[in-house]
Amino acid sequence: MSDLAPWLEVVLRAAAVLVAFLVLPLLVGQTEHKVMAHMQGRLGPMYAGGFHGWAQLVADGVKFVQKEDITPARADRWVFRLAPFVALIPYLVALAVIPLSPTVVGADVDASVLLVLAVIGVGIIGTLMAGWASANKYSLLGAMRAAAQLVSYELPMVLAVASVALAAGTLSLTGIAAAWHPWWLLWQLPGAVVFLVAALAELQRPPFDMPLADSEIVFGAFTEYTGLRFAFFLLAEYAGIVVMSLLFAVLYLGGWAGPFEHWLGWLWTVLKGFLVAVVVIWLRVSWPRMREDQLQRLAWVWLVPIALLQLAITAVGVVMTS
Amino acid sequence: MTTRDIVFAAVGVVTALSALLSVTTKHVVHAALWLLVSLGSLAGAYLVLGQELVGLVQLLVYVGAIVVLVLFALMLTRAPIGPHAEIDTPWWQRVAGAVLGGATTALLASLLLPLFSGVSVDLDTPTTTTPQVAQAIFGTWVWPFELLSVLLLVALIGAFAVSRLVLRRDADERAPVPAAAATGDRG
Repeated sequence: MSDLAPWLEVVLRAAAVLVAFLVLPLLVGQTEHKVMAHMQGRLGPMYAGGFHGWAQLVADGVKFVQKEDITPARADRWVFRLAPFVALIPYLVALAVIPLSPTVVGADVDASVLLVLAVIGVGIIGTLMAGWASANKYSLLGAMRAAAQLVSYELPMVLAVASVALAAGTLSLTGIAAAWHPWWLLWQLPGAVVFLVAALAELQRPPFDMPLADSEIVFGAFTEYTGLRFAFFLLAEYAGIVVMSLLFAVLYLGGWAGPFEHWLGWLWTVLKGFLVAVVVIWLRVSWPRMREDQLQRLAWVWLVPIALLQLAITAVGVVMTS
Repeated sequence: MTTRDIVFAAVGVVTALSALLSVTTKHVVHAALWLLVSLGSLAGAYLVLGQELVGLVQLLVYVGAIVVLVLFALMLTRAPIGPHAEIDTPWWQRVAGAVLGGATTALLASLLLPLFSGVSVDLDTPTTTTPQVAQAIFGTWVWPFELLSVLLLVALIGAFAVSRLVLRRDADERAPVPAAAATGDRG
């Protein structure tokens, strides 16, 4: 797109990222409906619209739009209303810098992997704001749990990503995927496992959904939300799955590496990311919720030491081969 | 006046205004949220100046972790919605705070402005500064860096020690042991 006027290129790239941001999470949501329905043998999600219940997601969307937008009387109005956007926008920024192939990327930034990690960490502020501003004890409990969980799991995640960056010798996602070699599947395996577990915890997906725990604290920080604002929080969750899955595919599965990668590179990245997203859904269906102390124990006793060990292994490997 | 100047001025104004709001607001949690905006836009200022690594680490560490911990601690204590009379300060404290803040600003400005006036850096040729920063921290300044991490480690161990001390006193009170043995143990 280099022969276009600069402003037109910027507008086109922004529009393309926005379209991807609106389409991919819905695709993951639809997949989750169907995969979960199949795994649990449920008939409900297969009903709406006839064939395989294709219209269920459309019906959900119509329902959300119709609902009244309620702000509780005792709530902190501005913080309450702003919270869904603070939760959603970081994932939009993250999606803009994740490359699908060396040429198909919203914005090619130099330290893009650091940028993705930094903005994902900002998303938690939205949950905290929502939980506090709702003036509801369940919301506050949910927000506290979410903050404790995210602060704990941020560390192993950053360490795991640092290992990959060290192996590739660059902080650019494009550079990391270019340096990837099939042998990394084994070399970076402990780091990949740590990253996947920490990503699940950052997304607050089961088995790490203690902050939402609908049987204990209603729906955590999102208890008081209705209509579109609630839908924005859900969209943030699914956009988070998309971002984490694509990031996993680029960091650990080689991104666009595959047959005909000059023409079909972007397709391989999307397919690998989609495969990771299915694993995320699969884990939701098959694992029970972890208790708060189990969550913290997993992060500090297992993930952080494994990530540090991976970092040491990577360092040895880099020094030996250079 | 280039685009970069305008963006830098805008980011700087946002940083200063939100910093001011964070110390003048009477809502505790709002103060933390304004601090968040201030630190986040400071990261923007670093980005405009071409130091992307510093800016992103600022975002990752301060916005993503430190302020989250501040908010977390605030919400663990009583952080009611709306202004709170108990945490309000008398006028003389506010005046003293303003004088102290102004004095610190003047001191820093008198020190840094002569040092860096007239220095110009070429920002328009895109270069990556990450290796330079790494070289500086882990090469030239490695000993101060290591000393700082030892300081953090000491703080961590200190926090552990304090929490253990409290636990042991509670246990002592609950199960009274012979006085001689207890004093002997404490040392």
